[in-house]
Amino acid sequence: MRHDHLLSAGQLTRGDIEAVLDRAAELAGRPGLVGDRHADRLLALCFFEPSTRTKMSFDAAMKRLGGDTVDMGPVESSSVKKGESLADTVRVIEGYADGIVLRHPSEGAARLASQFVDVPVVNAGDGAGQHPSQTLLDLYTIRERAGLDDLTVGVMGDLKYGRTVHSLASALTNFDARMHFVSPESLRLPRGVRFDLHDAGARLREHTELDEVLPELDVLYVTRIQRERFPDENEYQQVAGQYRIDAGTLERARDDLTVMHPLPRVDEIAPDVDETEHAAYFAQAHNGVPVRMALLDELLGADGDDDAAAADGGEPR
Amino acid sequence: MSDAPDRELRVSKIRDGTVIDHIAGGQALNVLAVLGIDGSEGVGVSIGMNVPSDKLGTKDVVKVEDRELSQGEVDVLSLLAPEATVNIVREFEVVEKKRVERPDRVVGLLRCPNRNCITNADEPVESAFEVVDDGVRCEFCAGIVREDIGDHLAVH
Ligand SMILES: [Zn+2]
Repeated sequence: MRHDHLLSAGQLTRGDIEAVLDRAAELAGRPGLVGDRHADRLLALCFFEPSTRTKMSFDAAMKRLGGDTVDMGPVESSSVKKGESLADTVRVIEGYADGIVLRHPSEGAARLASQFVDVPVVNAGDGAGQHPSQTLLDLYTIRERAGLDDLTVGVMGDLKYGRTVHSLASALTNFDARMHFVSPESLRLPRGVRFDLHDAGARLREHTELDEVLPELDVLYVTRIQRERFPDENEYQQVAGQYRIDAGTLERARDDLTVMHPLPRVDEIAPDVDETEHAAYFAQAHNGVPVRMALLDELLGADGDDDAAAADGGEPR
Repeated sequence: MSDAPDRELRVSKIRDGTVIDHIAGGQALNVLAVLGIDGSEGVGVSIGMNVPSDKLGTKDVVKVEDRELSQGEVDVLSLLAPEATVNIVREFEVVEKKRVERPDRVVGLLRCPNRNCITNADEPVESAFEVVDDGVRCEFCAGIVREDIGDHLAVH
């Protein structure tokens, strides 16, 4: 992967993705493989929105690479609260660390940050935009369970605001995948995402009911429909209720259907699904660490690489 | 009776400058906004709005005296008025007809309509849009604007 930053899944080629997944698979088996290559490296965790899970996953990944992290802490106690711009914040933090992981409530925040710093920026979620590192671990999970070719994927829930959905859909256009998007009319994929998918020649269909496609699916990726997307409680209950699954729902699915979820879930997947062979969401979450190790290893580079370049007859220094 | 003489009265010939014709009806003021012309420059500006047109139904015409639009300005204009024709006039004669071509991207011209886009958050960046098939797309939030691009001008 030859990128300075990871901002959106759209920037990743099939080769990029496979390289990260292959490396992640190596590291999952032998976490000590990278030794202390990143021993002197610091990764800044800048979470402008609470997300214990993603933050811990990056934290664990960096520490398992032998490096360490510095954490901006909650927004309430930072200068952001006093009105500092994101551009200023990241320019200051750039001086503390070798890379920045950014979670922010506004779309485009990571792209903006990347324009102001020289260290790699990883978009760990920008509003209803993108969440590409989640996509890498989703793809890792799909590859383990179902393979990434000749694949039929259903994505259900909040497709409009779901950044994990936007990134996953975009990345899947690199593979031989048919995509079915299942959502209420009001939470369909946004125009920008549909534009990209069509542009990439994706084979996709949109549905309002899971029934229409469930029996065909290799993978069902479920996301949460949030209460605040609806004007009133009744409407929310009525709509969200149609996009919940339980073990009964899955009786009409193929035996080898993989059910995924970026977590945390609320009630869109009933606990009785956990007991079935379909449930992959906890394994999916665990994959976050090796995948993010592979990603960071790649983005942060290593001193060893520079030496190798010199040995190959690179620029004398 | 033909309305041609009347039309001539509303938008008279200019000696030197630029005539932008075949602007979609109602877009003339947006065209001027894009060009940064608000009258304070002291140059003569005539505007014909909702003039009957065979091609467009109604069209707007803008004449700007003593100013020749650059190709860059013409390209930006194409987003608002894809059918427009731009003639450079010297001594009452058309000396050059500029082709309106869509640019690849526009910077600082439009405001992203997505309120949650980082470009609307008081950050020190200019908006940037990639020009796509029949609209523009924000390079930050990836949102697409297709209809009424003139409503999203940052230069009003
Ligand atoms: Zn935007």
